[in-house]
Amino acid sequence: MGKVDKMKKINLPLDDKTLKEIQAGDEVRLTGTIYTARDQAHKRLVETLEAGKELPFEIKGSVIYYVGPAPNKPDKVIGSAGPTTSYRMDPFVEPLLQAGLKGMIGKGARSEAVREAIKRHNAVYFAAVGGAAALIAEHIKEAEVIAYPELGPEAIRKLYVEDLPLFVVNDTEGNDLYEQGQKKFSNNTN
Amino acid sequence: MQIIKTEEIENQIAKKVQKVNFELPEDVEKAIRAAHDRENSEVGRKILKQILDNSEIANNERVPLCQDTGLVVVYARVGQDLEFDGSLEEAINNGVRKGYKDGYLRKSVVKDPLDRENTGTNTPVIIHYDLIEGSELKLDIATKGGGSENMSQIKMMKPTVSRAEIIDYIVQVVKESGANACPPLIVGVGIGGNFEKSALLAKESLFERIDQVNPDSKLEKLEADILEQVNQLGIGPQGLGGNTTALGVNIKSYPCHIASMPVAVNLNCHSARHISLVFNGEGR
Repeated sequence: MGKVDKMKKINLPLDDKTLKEIQAGDEVRLTGTIYTARDQAHKRLVETLEAGKELPFEIKGSVIYYVGPAPNKPDKVIGSAGPTTSYRMDPFVEPLLQAGLKGMIGKGARSEAVREAIKRHNAVYFAAVGGAAALIAEHIKEAEVIAYPELGPEAIRKLYVEDLPLFVVNDTEGNDLYEQGQKKFSNNTN
Repeated sequence: MQIIKTEEIENQIAKKVQKVNFELPEDVEKAIRAAHDRENSEVGRKILKQILDNSEIANNERVPLCQDTGLVVVYARVGQDLEFDGSLEEAINNGVRKGYKDGYLRKSVVKDPLDRENTGTNTPVIIHYDLIEGSELKLDIATKGGGSENMSQIKMMKPTVSRAEIIDYIVQVVKESGANACPPLIVGVGIGGNFEKSALLAKESLFERIDQVNPDSKLEKLEADILEQVNQLGIGPQGLGGNTTALGVNIKSYPCHIASMPVAVNLNCHSARHISLVFNGEGR
């Protein structure tokens, strides 16, 4: 388990060297371009792949953030934008990883199958702090809807983030911070 | 007869649904601060600090604490001596529609659960009506997030069930929710009534302050025992490990059938947004 005090700065896109270095438990600051997608967008992305059509963004090497942001006030690029719960996207992860997705940002534990797929595809899953949405929005410097505008908060947005505060949950070696962290503090014998 | 102006209800709701989304309740913020000081996990402390920093930003910038500005739930307690100059239901929905637009709050409601098309207004609101004595209208309003709502559960237990089994069930619901409901949580519990009444009680309990002593001493002790066990789970802030899994447990109970022991658990995230408004014939 990585130590929290060695905070790492990561510049996107994720390369193999970075992916090898980061470990479950690391606190990281992410800078670069990421894409937003949640429930309905995931459904559409996977349907697009299954139909053999082109996705609305280059998925190879990309990072997807599970978020449906609040509308932006006129003086801001985006409204509050914290993570939504990740397990709802679990059924769509494998085909996206196969297409080249390298990172996911959300909150909450992933299924066994997703954790295994993350390891197999040499990818990573980060947790952002749920409910810290106003703070997270301050790290988003650019935002633009690039697909499915009719989905409103669920549309796909291209974001440029600077020093986005995250924790590494699932790394390329198959470690899981939820498991490790909870085990460490549990006195429950059930 | 006291006449309530529905326009006043609409305006107040439009204002207050914004405020409630920008500000953590004072009792919750206090509990997070206290939890931060005693949390054993370093990661846990960092998360709690981030939640407190977030609260400050949201408050100063007048932006929502959480992007999920919730589905609006209203417990309307209507004085039976009151009269309204228009539709109460319309006034509540209009107020929410206006507040969510003016406050740049997220619209999180779909028109039809199967078609999933967003209404674009964050309405309709869910309203539970109760007729009470007197000439006041009380509106308890929550903007309830989907993440914690999804992890809520209900169980029709046996009437001979032990106290320990009830505690085990509630603790198990929290355990299963893991990081998904955005801990630190507030655990709302409804015991008794029937199937739907227990769920209504559980949600209603989330309107109570978490530092308030339950008037029923039996329930007060039950709340304390559940809180202790929940915080032994190790889930911690955001599920990354620690001893702050819940900030409080609130229980409400009601008489029930000899065959039944309904237990409902409605989880709330740390962004526990709720507000109470009172109206009378004089306007407020």
